[in-house]
Amino acid sequence: MLIGAVSIGASFFMGEGHHEGGEHTENHEGGEAAHHGEGEHADHVEANHHEEAAHGEHAAHGDHPYHADPSMNDEFHKTASRATRENNHFYSAEEHHDAEHAHHQVQNKPWANLLVNNFFFLAVALGALFFLAIQYAAQAGWAIVVTRVMEAMSQFLVIPVLIMIVLIVLGLGHSHHLWHWMQEGIMNPASENYDEIIAGKEGFLNGPFYIARSVIYLIGWVGAALLLRKMSLKMATTADPQRHWVKMRNLSAGFLVFFAVTSSTSAWDWIMSIDTHWFSTLFGWYVFAGMFVSALTVLTMLVLFLKSIGLLPEVNHSHIQDLGKFMFAFSIFWTYLWFSQFMLIWYSNIPEEVTYYMARWGEYKGLFFTMVAMNFLFPVLILMSRDTKRNYGFLITAGIIMIIGHWLDVYIMVTPGTVGSHWSIGLVQLGTFLGYAGLFLFVVFRSLAKAKLMPEGHPMLQESKYHHI
Amino acid sequence: MATTNHHTTIINALYDDDDILLKGVKEVKAKGYHIAEVYSPFPIHGLDHAMGLKRTRIAIAAFMYGCLGLITAISLTYGMMIVDWPMNIGGKPSFTWGENMPAFVPIMFELTVFFAAHLMVWTFFIRNDIYPGRKAQNPDPRTTDDKFLMEVELSGDKEELMSLLRNTGAVEISEKIN
Repeated sequence: MLIGAVSIGASFFMGEGHHEGGEHTENHEGGEAAHHGEGEHADHVEANHHEEAAHGEHAAHGDHPYHADPSMNDEFHKTASRATRENNHFYSAEEHHDAEHAHHQVQNKPWANLLVNNFFFLAVALGALFFLAIQYAAQAGWAIVVTRVMEAMSQFLVIPVLIMIVLIVLGLGHSHHLWHWMQEGIMNPASENYDEIIAGKEGFLNGPFYIARSVIYLIGWVGAALLLRKMSLKMATTADPQRHWVKMRNLSAGFLVFFAVTSSTSAWDWIMSIDTHWFSTLFGWYVFAGMFVSALTVLTMLVLFLKSIGLLPEVNHSHIQDLGKFMFAFSIFWTYLWFSQFMLIWYSNIPEEVTYYMARWGEYKGLFFTMVAMNFLFPVLILMSRDTKRNYGFLITAGIIMIIGHWLDVYIMVTPGTVGSHWSIGLVQLGTFLGYAGLFLFVVFRSLAKAKLMPEGHPMLQESKYHHI
Repeated sequence: MATTNHHTTIINALYDDDDILLKGVKEVKAKGYHIAEVYSPFPIHGLDHAMGLKRTRIAIAAFMYGCLGLITAISLTYGMMIVDWPMNIGGKPSFTWGENMPAFVPIMFELTVFFAAHLMVWTFFIRNDIYPGRKAQNPDPRTTDDKFLMEVELSGDKEELMSLLRNTGAVEISEKIN
């Protein structure tokens, strides 16, 4: 954690250093690598530590009543009647035909931790890219003074998407069991691991198509991020920036259509397929809302930081207030989608659907409510007034709460289905988060340092400088 | 607010461009005159700031109305669904407000919005002295089309103010007849 904190501090320092033409890149990367090594090491120690506990539980599971009668277990599974309050064991029961299950959950722990942090930072970068594309597609003028920050954030995208693909390949190779449907033989009627419900989803959830989809996301998203960046840099030198701007608008509009589909499908792929039996038609939007609000919050924090060290004098109170408005509005949007999904499932109480919230209601109850309070109550109450949206202290307080809150939201999406009752939030999670944050800030500040912070040549730059509300 | 004090004389200055009017407002204000009212066919960005109007407090009122709506919704659902005629909601016959709260959230949301929105409109009407059937206060009907009118309270020499207004680009200057 200390190294993570140092790495964050260093990356802030590096960011400034780069603006002044400092040459500490290699030194910093060394620190980063060291940190990652440390993080993995800690993960492994943790995993070993839990190994013994897992064996103990493993033995205990042998006496479980469901195991005594395999046919009953099967029946139990098909009717999905595990969604009853009395059955506290249902995460175990869900995959009880797999005697290795508890063992897998513990093995999953470092992987799940990686997935949570990876997805959170992927969401931040992707949300920034989405917001950038909106500026062009909507021909918005006000935000041009901060588009370079959005561009820099979107440049990070390639790293977490590649890590995601590595995770998927490792999962298909059975190195971990984050995605339950990747289990060997789960779609084979002859196998003892056979699961009829999951086998029915084989058309969508199969290795080659799954990897192909992730590669398509990689190409589409990272391609858009790199192209928008390249064209925006060209505007400063080209004789006809107007033409470039029209091209960027068309590209952004195309990307938004692509994003509309892929933001949903990627959420199904990477997050929803963890709880393979369960599905929610609102899930893609819910994940998108969390993604966008996290990105807006990080964007606002970065802009405030750059402004406070005097690098963005063009950003005035109206820009800051507008960013605050976006944070406020999309916190409510997130809550709306979260609640829409929750209330319908709570109200109908159908076993197939309600399992998802039973898992989160049980051992995760405290986290679950903390997360909702952090993501709804705090931003609403802190950012409602015009004056607080113009006050750095209030914005930063709300921003830190929202970043932690949305990280917890991702944690609660991923963890119950992967590690079940073996969850914990400790130094490993914090260290990985800080490591990712350090890497993210390093990439962001490096690409910020490469170009002028004002997108010169942009036809709407002047309008943005005079933005006043 | 078109409240007219009969002890002061009002000079009307008519403009035909909103930018010229805004510049005029700033110049007249800088000379220390009090601008009673400006009439315009559309909202002019930055005009209230230039006129030196106080910031509206309607947001605070809206927040309180919203809280009132929320409290109303909570009492309403509690009274009707829990106390007066306990309802079995979604097969969860817990009969407590807290356990059934998710089902009441839409009502809480709607009544909060309803109270905030409607009471805000009525507050606005009352504060601006508007009611159905009220005679229009507009001194010149052309300000509903393509002209802008500034009402300045006269203090000091009348000719001096008139020439100042003429210099700011006013196309018509007259004394308001009460």
